[in-house]
Amino acid sequence: MELKTLTYLVVGASFLVYIGIAIWSRAVDTGDFYVAGKHIHPVANGMATAADWMSAASFISMAGLIAFLGYDGSVYLMGWTGGYVLLALLLAPYLRKFGKFTVPEFIAERYESRAARIVAVICLIFISFTYVAGQMRGVGIVFSRFLEVPIGVGLMVGMGIVFIYAVMGGMKGVTYTQIAQYCVLIFAYTVPAFFIALQLTGVAIPQIAFGSEVRGESVYLLDKLNQVVTALGFSEYTSGNKSKLDVFCITAALMVGTAGLPHVIVRFFTVPKVRDARLSAGWALLFIGLLYLTAPAVGSMARLNLTQTIQAGTVGAPTGNLAYNERPDWFRTWEATGLLEFDDLNGDGRIQYYNDQSPDFAVQASGYGWNGNELGVDPDIMVLANPEIAGLPSWVIALVAAGGIAAALSTAAGLLLVISASVSHDLLKGVFMPNISERRELLAGRVSAAVAIGIAGFLGYYPPAFVAQVVAFAFGLAAASLFPAILLGIFSSRINKQGAIAGMLTGLAFTYGYIEYFKGLFLPWAGAPWSENVAENWLFGISPEGIGAIGMCLNFFVAVIVSRATPPPSTAVRELVERIRYPREVETVL
Amino acid sequence: MRTEKARQRYWRANLRLVALCLTIWFTVSFGFGILLAEPLDRIQLFGFNLGFWFAQQGSIVCFVVLIFYYAWRMNQIDREHGVDEE
Repeated sequence: MELKTLTYLVVGASFLVYIGIAIWSRAVDTGDFYVAGKHIHPVANGMATAADWMSAASFISMAGLIAFLGYDGSVYLMGWTGGYVLLALLLAPYLRKFGKFTVPEFIAERYESRAARIVAVICLIFISFTYVAGQMRGVGIVFSRFLEVPIGVGLMVGMGIVFIYAVMGGMKGVTYTQIAQYCVLIFAYTVPAFFIALQLTGVAIPQIAFGSEVRGESVYLLDKLNQVVTALGFSEYTSGNKSKLDVFCITAALMVGTAGLPHVIVRFFTVPKVRDARLSAGWALLFIGLLYLTAPAVGSMARLNLTQTIQAGTVGAPTGNLAYNERPDWFRTWEATGLLEFDDLNGDGRIQYYNDQSPDFAVQASGYGWNGNELGVDPDIMVLANPEIAGLPSWVIALVAAGGIAAALSTAAGLLLVISASVSHDLLKGVFMPNISERRELLAGRVSAAVAIGIAGFLGYYPPAFVAQVVAFAFGLAAASLFPAILLGIFSSRINKQGAIAGMLTGLAFTYGYIEYFKGLFLPWAGAPWSENVAENWLFGISPEGIGAIGMCLNFFVAVIVSRATPPPSTAVRELVERIRYPREVETVL
Repeated sequence: MRTEKARQRYWRANLRLVALCLTIWFTVSFGFGILLAEPLDRIQLFGFNLGFWFAQQGSIVCFVVLIFYYAWRMNQIDREHGVDEE
């Protein structure tokens, strides 16, 4: 069967499953809509959390980023998993004991302040829309490449599917759909990885193949990769280019940001008990780990495959490079998307792919008659093109398309739900219309979910930047705003509303300002960024991706100082802090 | 669990466990994977430089084990102090 037909079939079948689940699991009240009635089994919640968590960035972009960054890509691996330890140990059990529906609701009750609730809602909406824009771009890419439809049409289809199950089923529908989506995406991710590992090393388990010898040679995969890339002027795959402080800060910002992301936190509101919340975080990370332990293996193998395809012979030999008119089919199809670009700078009809930024290698390169790097590769294609590069059967390629869409849709739905809950529950019921009836609140939730989907689609059509990049900023903002306010709210009874609000605003303003200063991300009409985004201009050499770690420290600092200078919170708040510490209801008269 | 003292004992046991787990969390990721990556890279285990392995594989495995350990141990502490659910 032709690849395109097969892809339509596989993707269409997965959509039917999602819609079927949506009809079966309709939400009947606000409890269902916001937290799935708190009936979700911890293992099921772990799986749903994993799908919620692993976005288009994890599925499509991450292995590609690691392939080109090598060791420096570790920031994403550690950063996007380590946060679950913080979540499980510091936040999830206590927030579950608190037992309400949303993150701003906790902020509001703990800090006895509508203003704090509104600040939390603003942070939440800001973070979630930043993040959802990345997902929608992911959906667009997959649709345009595999189903050969314009990005706009792809977006409309994706929005339609999310609309059906998020608006009808709320958190209940999203949870069960996410479980199905996890199965699709993990299968789609690991199957090509098995094949590629087997081809390259003769070992089928990617994590073991990663440290094995290359098939037919007595050299380890990673050593070989180091040789191959350094021969072309790139730096060693297993050592980094970023400064240690920057790697440290990016990892910290991503970890803390993970723990502060509202759509992840809210998943722990859906389990029946406190101990389920703890355990569920473990299951979530186990399911996430299956993909995250595979990604670096895929990245290294994809890099080796790509480099050896282009640099087929000896470096510098006249026929060492792939001739352009002999390029394989996958090269042609990806060229059509603009994500793979060739420019024959030295006019020899062959493709030179090397590091033309390295001054040391420049002399050698000009000796070969090379006139600059001729191949532009967008990291986003590495996972999507991988099965084709490795020559895997069509059904595997179709599966990858369905997996990419599942990853993007599951995350988008989770984000859209927290946006709609924060509008209907926190803004409407919590602030503006406290007497709203249950029925009308549910309706408001559905309407705001629908509006949020529309905005997300718009952002996906006019994306602010690359998928992983945009997502990385959402983490910085979450780390600098919500995480400290929640953590201090749980572990300290002295932090008051003045401290929490001042802290959140400081962290958010500082982090957002720093990112905007170097990236000009959300204000395209304001022109170019204020300053060039290079290491020399950064504060202490910390990149915008890592600045959330500093924003977080500022938030903690300001919150503590301001709280000390203002009166302590009421007895009711201190009783709340005491109450959420113990899984069982205990008498806590202070 | 009725007295203030008993509650404090439970909370301190919890904080000790959290501190232990976070120390391990920091050591395997920020420690082995980042700060000590170069010296560890000189040790090669199978095809991996050890620092690189911790950064891209080992730390994640440790995180998973750590959360399950915390959940298991914390349930024990809950029962010992009589604050477990039902």
